Amino acid sequence: MGLRGDVSRFAYSAVAVLLALLIGAVLIGASGYSVKEAYSNLLVGAFGGVYSLATTVVMSTPLLFTGLAVAFAFQCGLFNVGAEGQLYVGALTSAVVALALSGLPPALRVIMALAAGAGAGAALGFVPGYLKAKIGAHEVITTIMLNYIAISLTTFMVKAYFRDPGPVDQTVLLPPGSRLPELVPGTRVSLGIVVGILAVALLDRVIRGSVLGYEIQAVGRNPHAAEYGGVNVRARTIQAMMISGAVAGLAGSVEAMGTLYRFIPYFSPGYGFTGIAVAVIAGQSMWAVIPAAVLFGALQSGGQSMQLFAGIPMELMTMVQGLVILFVAAPTLGSMFLGLRLRSSEKGGGRA
Amino acid sequence: MYAVRMENITKCFGNVVANDGVRFAALPGEIHCLLGENGAGKSTLMRILFGLYRADSGSIYVNEQLANIAGPRDAISLGIGMVHQHFMLAERLTVAENIVAGCEPRRNGLLDYDRARRQIREVSERYGLAVDPNAVIEEISVGQQQRVEIIKALMRGARVLILDEPTAVLTPPEVDELFAVMRALRESGTTIVFITHKLKETMEISDRVTVLRDGKTIGTIDTSDATPDSLVEMMVGRSLPVHDDQRMPPGEVVLLELKDVSVAGRKGSRARLDGVSLAVRSGEVLGIAGVDGNGQLELEEVVTGLRRPSKGRIMLIGKDVTGLDTGRIKDRGVAYIPSDRLKRGMVDSLSLARNSVLGVHRCADFSRRGALLENAVREHAQTIVAKYDVRAESIDQPMGSLSGGNQQKMLVGRELARPHSIVIAAQPTRGLDVGATHYIREQILSSRNTGKAVLLISAELDEVLELSDRIAVIYEGRIVDVRPASQFTERELGLLMTGQRNEV
Repeated sequence: MGLRGDVSRFAYSAVAVLLALLIGAVLIGASGYSVKEAYSNLLVGAFGGVYSLATTVVMSTPLLFTGLAVAFAFQCGLFNVGAEGQLYVGALTSAVVALALSGLPPALRVIMALAAGAGAGAALGFVPGYLKAKIGAHEVITTIMLNYIAISLTTFMVKAYFRDPGPVDQTVLLPPGSRLPELVPGTRVSLGIVVGILAVALLDRVIRGSVLGYEIQAVGRNPHAAEYGGVNVRARTIQAMMISGAVAGLAGSVEAMGTLYRFIPYFSPGYGFTGIAVAVIAGQSMWAVIPAAVLFGALQSGGQSMQLFAGIPMELMTMVQGLVILFVAAPTLGSMFLGLRLRSSEKGGGRA
Repeated sequence: MYAVRMENITKCFGNVVANDGVRFAALPGEIHCLLGENGAGKSTLMRILFGLYRADSGSIYVNEQLANIAGPRDAISLGIGMVHQHFMLAERLTVAENIVAGCEPRRNGLLDYDRARRQIREVSERYGLAVDPNAVIEEISVGQQQRVEIIKALMRGARVLILDEPTAVLTPPEVDELFAVMRALRESGTTIVFITHKLKETMEISDRVTVLRDGKTIGTIDTSDATPDSLVEMMVGRSLPVHDDQRMPPGEVVLLELKDVSVAGRKGSRARLDGVSLAVRSGEVLGIAGVDGNGQLELEEVVTGLRRPSKGRIMLIGKDVTGLDTGRIKDRGVAYIPSDRLKRGMVDSLSLARNSVLGVHRCADFSRRGALLENAVREHAQTIVAKYDVRAESIDQPMGSLSGGNQQKMLVGRELARPHSIVIAAQPTRGLDVGATHYIREQILSSRNTGKAVLLISAELDEVLELSDRIAVIYEGRIVDVRPASQFTERELGLLMTGQRNEV
């Protein structure tokens, strides 16, 4: 996709967001709240001031990783619904490793804990990848099933082996040297967002500039042609799923090491699933994952302050998020509303 | 008086002018060929006549009455019918159900099946369109499905029948049957507009020909005044040069050999390939002649490693390669033009540049330590585009946005650019226009002339005859005869291809 395609896609997404906010306004108004108050709180809560911005960044960070994980798997034609489970194993593994290595220098400790989280996510991603490559089991089914296993298994591990002696099921608090350093002192913005942006940059290079990425794209878009071109389709499928799993695992690592400072069972409000929405909006571009993640992070943080200061239920913002997904993911529906004619509907008509 | 007349039709798609002031007129009861290369605007013009597109400007007259055709419904009520290249049939319904869908004969508000079947029988007997009304669509052959489409149009009262490239999907015997039907229809006064880019068929069946080129009408002539060469010149705008025949004599070295190769069929059915032994020498083209579906695809896939033989050995340059995957086989010096270019040959949503290295992307020329060498890839794509005259706006546009002929040129260019001593060319010109066909055949011959061994698998008998030094005839998975091309007559080949061995 060229720059022009990216720009038009961006414009399209922007229109979809505006449309979603418009319908959201109608819903807010119909529910008896002041639209002006709601949206001014939303805007201020998302972007007004250092604290709001920091909250938005914190909320966007896990979505950046999970969105990237799903978007990368899309490149190989795989639909990774398992980011949620991969996130949990990544979070627990990182927390445990960060605690266990408390004798090492902090920098080394953090790097090894992150690597361990990514490795755990990759290991969990290997399973659906392998099953798909060897017996053709559909990854949507296997990843959904593995989510249950991963979430329950991490809970069990905490209860059985890593429990903080106290009333709550959770691990011990990480010592400062085992945490991701704060990027902006006084906020919860950690180095995690930088790691996320580096991951985007790296995977963008992989997709657009490497033999591996080229082969993964070929497999995703036409496995028959990939096979004809001498590509090992099975190996690429497994690798793509492992890379996706590693990135989703990092989402958990960064949450555990940069925000929560420990592992808590059931901590994720569905980051892995919202990541699917982020990836859908980002489309084919790895870089577009960043604005897409920030969009959802902003709706989340703005929605919270809307609830807090204007007394408007968070659910209304969740609905707006749903509408954004609907308009972006269902272009035909969106264009019906917009009266736009997609050029592709007439494409190829000129050939006799 | 004309049955239909189209004046000054112009139609644009975005920036592309598909029809540019086109004139077209067909007489009652004639077979009128609409001839032109791919992209000349033939289908667009006829879709306008059938109401699928609206012309930007121009007028249409049916029986010399100005007609306002806003949709297919209007066209049908004016007695215009169209059979599309891709059939519009419900696979799981019967022939009768498909034919009456939309204009069901009713009795007491219910579908009157008996009357439907009777009407279908009448029409099919009158024009020799034999088809069983009770058969389910997915179980009948493509040729029969086409008949269903024709009956459907006739039963809706078509007096002008548009056939869009009807022979593209048919076997040679089916083409003969279709032509017989077309003649019967002409006898009864039906006007047939026959869209094609095949000269031989035009010469054989039509009364008059209208040639389109680049969206413009070049002219309408009586077929009896036309020669294949004059038609080519009208279509392409120049005459095609004769193939360069400077060549090396065929060598004695066998580069590709199949020894008793079989491919088992599905459980219970006969083998797809049955004990095939063939040898292709350097500097020769071995052509495989046969009706589509007699083992050609299996042969192609087995030789290129996309499928494993159940028995037998495949040798490349004296080395056994049985069981190796496609990548490894191609790396041993095989250029492979696959029969299904959309499925196998390219990734249509990736750019021309990316597609230009598919299969060679791991070579040192195009990648280093896992990174693609973007500049080298782009340069390679540019070279192919220039050398093979690929009509593309840029090497960054997706492969799928090219016309079929240009896709094929790109693909042939890519394959012949890789180091190779053997060429496997399967249906290399299927669906291409005259210009592209000629060009690609020339490339295959020039490969041969430089000492490569070429295995040509083609359902086009003309192509096999034109290019081959030796011909092997395949029928039901067996090679029934191999001889130097000069020792076969076309009639003999036709009989062998259809399994009538004894009559040869």
